[in-house]
Amino acid sequence: MRIINHPILGKEKKRKKISIIVDGTKIEAYEGEVIAAALVAAGKRYFRLTRRYEKPRGVFCAIGRCTDCVMNVNGVPNVRTCVTPVEDGMVIETQTESGEWK
Amino acid sequence: MEETEVAIIGAGPAGLAAAIEVAQAGGKVVLIDENKKPGGQLFKQIHKFFGSRAHRAGVRGITIAEDLLKECERLGVTTLLDTVAYGIFADNKIGLVSRGRAWTLKAEQIILATGASENALAFPGWTLPGVMGAGALQTMINVHRVLPGKCILMVGSGNVGLIVSYQTMQAGADVAAIVEAAPSIGGYGVHAAKISRAGTPIYTSHTVKRAIGNDHVEGAELVALDERWNPIEGTEKHIPADTICLSVGLTPLTELARMAGCRFTYVPALGGHVPVHNWDMRTSKENIYIAGDISGIEEASTAMEEGRLAGIAAARSLGLIADNEAETLKTEIRARLASLREGPFGELRRDMKEPFMKGPEITHAG
Repeated sequence: MRIINHPILGKEKKRKKISIIVDGTKIEAYEGEVIAAALVAAGKRYFRLTRRYEKPRGVFCAIGRCTDCVMNVNGVPNVRTCVTPVEDGMVIETQTESGEWK
Repeated sequence: MEETEVAIIGAGPAGLAAAIEVAQAGGKVVLIDENKKPGGQLFKQIHKFFGSRAHRAGVRGITIAEDLLKECERLGVTTLLDTVAYGIFADNKIGLVSRGRAWTLKAEQIILATGASENALAFPGWTLPGVMGAGALQTMINVHRVLPGKCILMVGSGNVGLIVSYQTMQAGADVAAIVEAAPSIGGYGVHAAKISRAGTPIYTSHTVKRAIGNDHVEGAELVALDERWNPIEGTEKHIPADTICLSVGLTPLTELARMAGCRFTYVPALGGHVPVHNWDMRTSKENIYIAGDISGIEEASTAMEEGRLAGIAAARSLGLIADNEAETLKTEIRARLASLREGPFGELRRDMKEPFMKGPEITHAG
């Protein structure tokens, strides 16, 4: 869910809309925002499954330290989605196992 | 190999303040940060700061960050963003990596202002999506302007837990409850009162027994603790929530100081192992200074003062400032630092930090 009006930060500024492909589905994102923000706004519940037990993981630290939110981005595995900005047409996939180069 | 007079690692409040002092003294400074934007965690601090007017009390963190960045720009501070300092080697050589390029920067003086990372808390279900750091939630709502949940449970009632709970409400979500393992609330009463007025219960002497949910948090089971912090059977209660936030303290990010060979001491009240330093913020290594949370967990206001102190001291050792001028400036800053650490909540930090600030000796005279 996006925060449109905020008592301190004010109304959200107009930003350019772009689209990204998440697990095969096109979703809307704002230019310049990080991947994790676009995914949270779209209501994605988990970002990857762990290697051994296939347990779901999501955003934990949101500042690029914990690497819990890594996904496959444009064929590159283990990309930290909380610090990587979206790009128009970016292909993002839920990561499984240890991540795979595509 | 590139060279500079002063390299500062970390462009948060401490690093920015240090860079301004060095640049003002006419020093050649390179400010390095792994993030794509400078400012550290200031941009998520949308609340007004505490302290006196000299410490910019009543001003929001975001405004302070903008002012610091403007000042750095005005002084022409070279800032390397999206750049990771992966190591410090012999002769003050810093290993840097940015966008696939690696190189070395040699600095006459190094100021480490690397900050801290959030502590986690392990309980069954703590790895579920929806369990996150309080700072993580703060980043999502105040910087990225998205709400990861509609109803959060906050674990920890220190100032971070209280402030982030209030900011969650400002962002339009509910706070189901605040859970505090200690018998009393950790943060300022004024923040806790705001939360209570909004109707959110604060459960002291309680902890999270487990998080509930399959692929995402759906709730938590709380349990009361006895005076010896043991769970009391039969007191479990279920709290529906889609997000569990952990605000259980911070740990200084000291890897680079460790690698550089700085001497450490263990001070639990400051977040753990911290480099020993003197009243100039100089470590046991002649040309390495520290400032901000790396020297012990405090606040942005003290981080900026420590940054100034380290910046002036580094400029002084390069001969950019006259001795008496540097001493006057440093004395003023130390007085401001001491006053920031006044009051009942600053007492513990004062008692732990001031032993570093006794004089030029690199020691913790506690």
